[in-house]
Amino acid sequence: MTEVLLQAKDLTVSRGELTLFERKSFSINAGMLFQLQGDNGSGKTTLLRAMCTLIPLDEGELWWRGDSLPAARDRYFSEMCFAGHADGLKGDLTALENLTSTLTEHTATASECTEALDKTGFTGRADLPCRVLSAGQRRRVVLARVLLSKAALWVLDEPLTALDASGRELVGKLIEGQVRAGGSVVYSTHQPLDVSDYPVQTLALSD
Amino acid sequence: MGAAFLTLLKRDLTLAMRRQSDWLNPLVFFVIVVSLFPLGIGPDGSLLSEIAPGVIWVAALLATLLALDGLFRDDFDDGSIEQLLLSPQPLPVLVLAKILTHWLVSGLPLVLLSPLLALLLQLKLQALPALLGSLVLGTLSLSLIGAIGAALTVGLRRGGVLLPLLVLPLFIPVLIFGSSSVAAAAAGFETSAQMSLLGGLFFLALALAPWAAAAALRISAES
Repeated sequence: MTEVLLQAKDLTVSRGELTLFERKSFSINAGMLFQLQGDNGSGKTTLLRAMCTLIPLDEGELWWRGDSLPAARDRYFSEMCFAGHADGLKGDLTALENLTSTLTEHTATASECTEALDKTGFTGRADLPCRVLSAGQRRRVVLARVLLSKAALWVLDEPLTALDASGRELVGKLIEGQVRAGGSVVYSTHQPLDVSDYPVQTLALSD
Repeated sequence: MGAAFLTLLKRDLTLAMRRQSDWLNPLVFFVIVVSLFPLGIGPDGSLLSEIAPGVIWVAALLATLLALDGLFRDDFDDGSIEQLLLSPQPLPVLVLAKILTHWLVSGLPLVLLSPLLALLLQLKLQALPALLGSLVLGTLSLSLIGAIGAALTVGLRRGGVLLPLLVLPLFIPVLIFGSSSVAAAAAGFETSAQMSLLGGLFFLALALAPWAAAAALRISAES
């Protein structure tokens, strides 16, 4: 039997009068690739943020490896990595400095960071401040941060935004590598993700 | 936990060094406000030395307030606040690292420059130790208390005037004991009572503010 990482039951989140999604239940197992589908404004980002406990739930419950959240938050955060719309990179720091100042369980060394940047195809100058990098280059730095986290669960909001064709292919490869190694990935996207024939679970959100 | 504290401290200090305005703005503001008083009031030495403790303290408070809005603003705008909230490290410890950076960048330069401004206002030399001591304890407390307000208002689009309204009432005890300790020292009295109270306020703020600011940050990030 595969191990259940994150389990959600009857998640409901609303903003004022507007209910974004109602009674969504799912569980994310080790090795699972989980895609959120839905039009713009259907609540994908909100659901991803709710899964990270960044947004309080109106109703429903979340468990991480069987422990109720947010009580088990510390254990959850040490094993998950979130990359949202805002990239969280400091414009005045270089790509390398951004990665070495990441607040994960163990701080990555400079050589580990350079290695991760290579894996994500970062071709920009590592000694330039991030504010002068292109959106696609910044995305690759964020991907390097996700790789460095060595987290069991990746939560990626639109990981393909701003990436070129080779970048999209690379994201597919990295995600496939993560799930084949027994980790899990939850993501939202409007573009097809190239993960060869790996099975993808989907959850549809609609208005 | 200690490593994360130092990592964040180092990152924020590096950022502050690359953006000179972070630490120069409050300092220049402080100097301008204090140096305007002799110009506005006139070169009457006895009057100036009498109002010097209050003037320096009020200017220090306003300069701290000026820098306060930026405490979490950048992190909030570029999304690094989410990474902070999702860190496995205890959030109050990380918040404390940010507050300490804020003080090192905006509070400490004020304290170091204050003796010069005290001379400008003809404050008696015997009051200098009290001035430095009270400003160190006081500005640390102001940064700690102010962080709660900054965390609460960081999610608002135009939190501008709300932040001072929220934190000024909490700043007032610090201002009262701070300036009265300097005034007492200038008059040749003992200042241990005021210093003890300032120390008490500092430890109270140190014990409560990081937790309160951490909780406020989580609420602000819910938007």
